[in-house]
Amino acid sequence: MTTITDPPKEQFRLSMLLNDTRYRSLTFQFIALLLLIAAFAYLGSNLITNLRAAGLNISYGFLGEPAGYDINQRPIEYTSQSTHLRASIVGIINTLIVAFLACVTATIFGVIAGVLRLSKNWIVRKLMAIYVEAFRNVPVLIWILIIFFIMTAALPSARVYLGEDPERDLFLGLFAFTNRGIVMPLPVFQPLGWAVLGVFIASVFGVIAYRRYATKLLYDTGKLLPMGWPSLAILILPTIIAFYLLGQPITLDRPDPLANRFNLQGGVTILGSLIALWFALAIYTGAFIAENVRAGIQAISKGQTEAAASLGMRPGRIMNLVILPQALRVIIPPLISNYLNITKNSSLAIAVGYMDVTGTLGGITLNQTGRAIETVLLLMLFYLLISLGISAVMNVYNKSIRLKER
Amino acid sequence: MEEHLSVSFVRTEPLPQLPPPATEQGIVKWLRENLFSGWLNTLLTVLSLIFIYKLASDTLPWLLNGIWNTDSLAECREILDGTTGACFSVLTDRWNQLLFGFKYPSEQYWRPTLAFVLLIVAAAPVLFFDLPRKMLIFTGLYPFIAFYLIWGGTIWTPIFALLGFVVGYVVYSRLVRNSFATAFFSGIAAALVSWWLGGFLTDLLASETPALEAVQSRDMGGFMLNMILGTVCVSLSLPIGIVLALGRQSDMPIIKWICVVFIEFIRGVPLITLLFVANVVLAYFLPPGTSFDLILRVIIMITMFASAYIAEVIRGGLAALPKGQYEAADSLGLDYAQAMRLIILPQALKISIPGIVNVSVGLFKDTTLVSVISMFDLVGMIRGPILASTDWNGVYWELFLFASLLFFVVCYSISQYSQWLERRLQTDHR
Repeated sequence: MTTITDPPKEQFRLSMLLNDTRYRSLTFQFIALLLLIAAFAYLGSNLITNLRAAGLNISYGFLGEPAGYDINQRPIEYTSQSTHLRASIVGIINTLIVAFLACVTATIFGVIAGVLRLSKNWIVRKLMAIYVEAFRNVPVLIWILIIFFIMTAALPSARVYLGEDPERDLFLGLFAFTNRGIVMPLPVFQPLGWAVLGVFIASVFGVIAYRRYATKLLYDTGKLLPMGWPSLAILILPTIIAFYLLGQPITLDRPDPLANRFNLQGGVTILGSLIALWFALAIYTGAFIAENVRAGIQAISKGQTEAAASLGMRPGRIMNLVILPQALRVIIPPLISNYLNITKNSSLAIAVGYMDVTGTLGGITLNQTGRAIETVLLLMLFYLLISLGISAVMNVYNKSIRLKER
Repeated sequence: MEEHLSVSFVRTEPLPQLPPPATEQGIVKWLRENLFSGWLNTLLTVLSLIFIYKLASDTLPWLLNGIWNTDSLAECREILDGTTGACFSVLTDRWNQLLFGFKYPSEQYWRPTLAFVLLIVAAAPVLFFDLPRKMLIFTGLYPFIAFYLIWGGTIWTPIFALLGFVVGYVVYSRLVRNSFATAFFSGIAAALVSWWLGGFLTDLLASETPALEAVQSRDMGGFMLNMILGTVCVSLSLPIGIVLALGRQSDMPIIKWICVVFIEFIRGVPLITLLFVANVVLAYFLPPGTSFDLILRVIIMITMFASAYIAEVIRGGLAALPKGQYEAADSLGLDYAQAMRLIILPQALKISIPGIVNVSVGLFKDTTLVSVISMFDLVGMIRGPILASTDWNGVYWELFLFASLLFFVVCYSISQYSQWLERRLQTDHR
């Protein structure tokens, strides 16, 4: 008869913290944590010593003090008497403005260039390859400076547009290209003008409703309604009719060469620095987006096109219904990280004097108050929040488009 | 009737082949297929041709009529006398400033030039595997040679720095058979000790030995500064990036979260804010009385920036490896360090090459950002001393064209190299 005994229970010994892989990781983590705490304590004590020596402290009180500087593009009310906090908010809005404009434009450039790089046309293909390579391989800062130089040094002063007999006429009677920026007309809404705008918004919903209806009809009965021209008609006609019926309640405040002897009056000026930043970011990032688009379309196997064609679909519908939905899955994640890059690169505004958040908070406010640590920390926090927000959106999107496999 | 049905009507041999129709061969066919295959294509072709013609007719006279040998813009405009033409003379006049900055002593220009030539020699065996492996010895020595050439000063600094590495490596290789971790940390400790000793000896020996003229970091400038920042930061960020990527993949939660927070923080902020940190904030965190060079502070921040991005690229490579590779390494009885060194990393790094190259090219372009914190790199030189000078105020195109061309040549060749390397390393059959 045999007795079965439990295997001898292994005793935990101290040396196992070093030699046993089960416990060694604890040792490593403990050491890492200690080192981290030591490093932070060291840096922190240095910070305290240095601040005390310089007679400084960490305080965000400066945000409530008057800023005392002007900002050349004010989307919200701002004077030099406003606080530093308000200056930072103006900067944040300016950052978001240029980032939004650049994202939209870069997408347009990128999609066009990416699709054209796959064109059957040899010369177009080569031109687009040159565009992509030329812009991807040169620093964006150089592009910003080049366009800024075109906007400031190569364009004439507003003076040439002034007077009864100007050297230059307004472009289309509406636009003036000056070294300060582009002066363009601003729509002015009289009370009834808002009604016209309402009609326009209603017709946008009308178009969506019509398309829904047409799709439903197609699925239910197989009857194919025309999509293109009715949508266009619904979008435009009611607005035009409303505009004339209500007695043209939207007018244009156009730049007036005669009102003032020194500068153009009226209209709205888009700063040269904004345009430089906007277009440089758009063209530069557009080159990257073009590569993403090309890769995304090429990632869809040719069999998909052929299968769709053998079902009797026409090329336009193959693109819309078969290729694009699959290609977008590949294109959109890098597209979003390109948007993130645009937002971060918009901090280069400081090189051309566009007053974004880096220019206000990280530039003039920092220099005036000398609060380097606080301002840089706030600046980083702002960009970090935007990045984390965008990556959260991206994760949700990635989850939603993940291939549903069995 | 019968004559018509005569069998002799049937041919006994095939007709000679006719040449294809004129529209289906040669250049005509190519043109039809590639340029004029439909109304849309024809339209695109015509538009492109018009665009190219416009571009050429605007730039060619300007390029070809360029003036190369005047001392100022006014003189150049005088020679041009109203005709279109470029004033490339700004490049010849300010050539040294564009390349070396305006403070580097001019009789010492041979030193950075030599360092650049040696860089090519040192990089060659890393880039091309067919070259003799012995050349790698020179690559190992290169950082010290380059440091001595560019910064000058006493020769003992690089020698003792090198010695520290040698001592560390000797200790490491003695102990590595027992345990990787012990050997690794003892190696680091030995190196630190020998650097500490070396510091004393350098001070003693410095006054008695001949030396190259010392050049301060703040005197570096021009394209040289971009090259220094680019090379140093990329080479430093590779190992750090690998460590970060491994840390992020680790099972140990504390180490993993340290890496995740670091990587996500750095990737979430623009490089400019990190340069602000280097410029105005970092000094507060250093012991009182120490004064770090601005260039050193910038190198630290850019390296942190680049290593976070490289870590993400390598993490992608690690994740792309099939799980079987990890399990195979385990089943061979390899420990973590061996498995990583011998099995996982070689494959993961190979997959990550395109990404690493992208990050490097991006980083090299981003070195121009230092001009924002008033360092005089190539862009900083152009915006600052050159455009502000009375001689060359107002000459933009030529300078920016030159700067773009320099960056284009470097970045484009790096990306072409990476494509070549990818084809070279392809082991799967296609």
